[in-house]
Amino acid sequence: MSIDETTAARVAKLARIKVEPEALPALAGEFNTILGFIEQLNEVDIDGVAPMTSVTPQRLKRRADEVREGDQQAKILSNAPDAREGFFAVPKVVE
Amino acid sequence: MTRLNELGLSAARDALRAGETTSKDLTEACLTAIEAAGALNAFVHQTPDLALARAAAADDRIAQGDAPAMCGLPIGIKDLFCTKGVPSQAGSRILEGFLPEYESTVSQNLADAGAVMLGKLNMDEFAMGSSNETSVYGNAVNPWRRGNDDTALTPGGSSGGSASAVAADLCLAATGTDTGGSIRQPAAFTGTVGIKPTYGRCSRWGIVAFASSLDQAGPMTKSVRDAAIMLEAMCGHDAKDSTSADIPVPDFEAALTGDIRGKKIGIPKEYRMDGMPDAIEALWQDGIAMMKDAGASIVDISLPHTKYALPAYYVIAPAEASSNLARYDGVRYGHRAKLDQGDGITEMYEKTRAEGFGDEVKRRVMIGTYVLSAGFYDAYYNRARRVRTLIKRDFEQVFAQGIDAILTPATPSAAFGLGEMTDADPVAMYLNDVFTVTVNLAGLPGIAVPAGLDKQGLPLGLQLIGQPWAEADLLNTAHVLETAAGFVAKPAKWW
Repeated sequence: MSIDETTAARVAKLARIKVEPEALPALAGEFNTILGFIEQLNEVDIDGVAPMTSVTPQRLKRRADEVREGDQQAKILSNAPDAREGFFAVPKVVE
Repeated sequence: MTRLNELGLSAARDALRAGETTSKDLTEACLTAIEAAGALNAFVHQTPDLALARAAAADDRIAQGDAPAMCGLPIGIKDLFCTKGVPSQAGSRILEGFLPEYESTVSQNLADAGAVMLGKLNMDEFAMGSSNETSVYGNAVNPWRRGNDDTALTPGGSSGGSASAVAADLCLAATGTDTGGSIRQPAAFTGTVGIKPTYGRCSRWGIVAFASSLDQAGPMTKSVRDAAIMLEAMCGHDAKDSTSADIPVPDFEAALTGDIRGKKIGIPKEYRMDGMPDAIEALWQDGIAMMKDAGASIVDISLPHTKYALPAYYVIAPAEASSNLARYDGVRYGHRAKLDQGDGITEMYEKTRAEGFGDEVKRRVMIGTYVLSAGFYDAYYNRARRVRTLIKRDFEQVFAQGIDAILTPATPSAAFGLGEMTDADPVAMYLNDVFTVTVNLAGLPGIAVPAGLDKQGLPLGLQLIGQPWAEADLLNTAHVLETAAGFVAKPAKWW
């Protein structure tokens, strides 16, 4: 599997990271180096082996469905780059 | 005479309890040492006022006879831990200015035990790196040098600032985190002790997430005894982390009996790598001899899927990272790019993340995005998770044979020069974790212990890997190795 510039651009778009067109060839090259390294996994016989979902054989705990903490609007907004009237503010989303 | 900042946790604790010193004096000695160590770039956010206030409170507690093990002991905290009201940037530009409204469970546990936080420690950005060269703060520098050569060396990564600070006696101990070797490799590069506990031992709540199924916090210390003391204070069940283990925490220090007679130590043949330096091979043989002399039996074992651990890691860790780092979008915290006229929300995300993330982080987020994308999920991500099952099974099979612990080198080399790997491809840097990454994939505890010096006078470490939840036993074995190796060298002060 070889990654070309179009694929590199598509991946950057999916990851929501702006990459200038002139940086795409180098990026595609790095992807190919890393993916080439990962290709070794194709040598392994994985027939009948389940994918790991949890490294420890524990069941995740459940808790009672009740409000434990809340009403912390000011704290939640305190680090926002742009907060107005109790909301996170962002550029226009819908035309 | 030993300066107070040169003490380890156990010696300082004993001195505090005996009334021979105060937390205030210990803390001031560390703050003075930090002040003089700007060249190491280990502490990136200093909190002297907070430290002195906590030291005063600790001295009061000690006077009242309430002195838990960590009470009054000054430590550094890796920048990955969220600390209330104190910058917590994970070494990234994208979290510039972020002041958490909450405290991570591990740093809270340490504070509750009376520990004194001196400040935040340098690290690779989002813990992605093996040399501390991806940090927004610039490189942390290893206090060790090659003889009289003044080339600046890496303290390793990602917990490079923690390792540098502990080795240079800027603090008594520090927290680290380990996703693929980020505690054990820097410990080995700096002649310090670092343990990654079993997955689930330490709560991950409030620690900036890299790869959630692999991340674990642990202590970085000057001795195995110190590691036992600090680990006990850090771990314990936490309802805020659903993967936190609800099992009792043993008295780790009490487990240090020094007796490992009859224990079976496995030596995995797959850890003998082509091109491994002679010094590493010799160190490993020395370690085997030490274990034998202490009455353990040495058993040759095989972990056949070892070779596939790094490639599996470089699918799973970036996949989880791409998901975890999706939250850095310029909306809720940290950096937001300046936008041009007409830019919408997509441009805001893309520009913010392009400006806020460094190259290695971008690379891993995009690799993770690729391996999770439609059409590649099975070929890459699911295949890697199946290989992970096999890697864990390798360990389960040797433990079922009665192996108590596994002895390996900690790293394939001694500390290298900062910048020496700049032109290498990313995979060359990844090979640093070849001996440590299996342990994260299998969720096991692993500890790096300094065991010798190479020809250039640089420290080298050995790694011991234990059974799940058997940190107490593992620490005892490490303690025996430490005692036998008798590593006492310290870096000559040049900073």
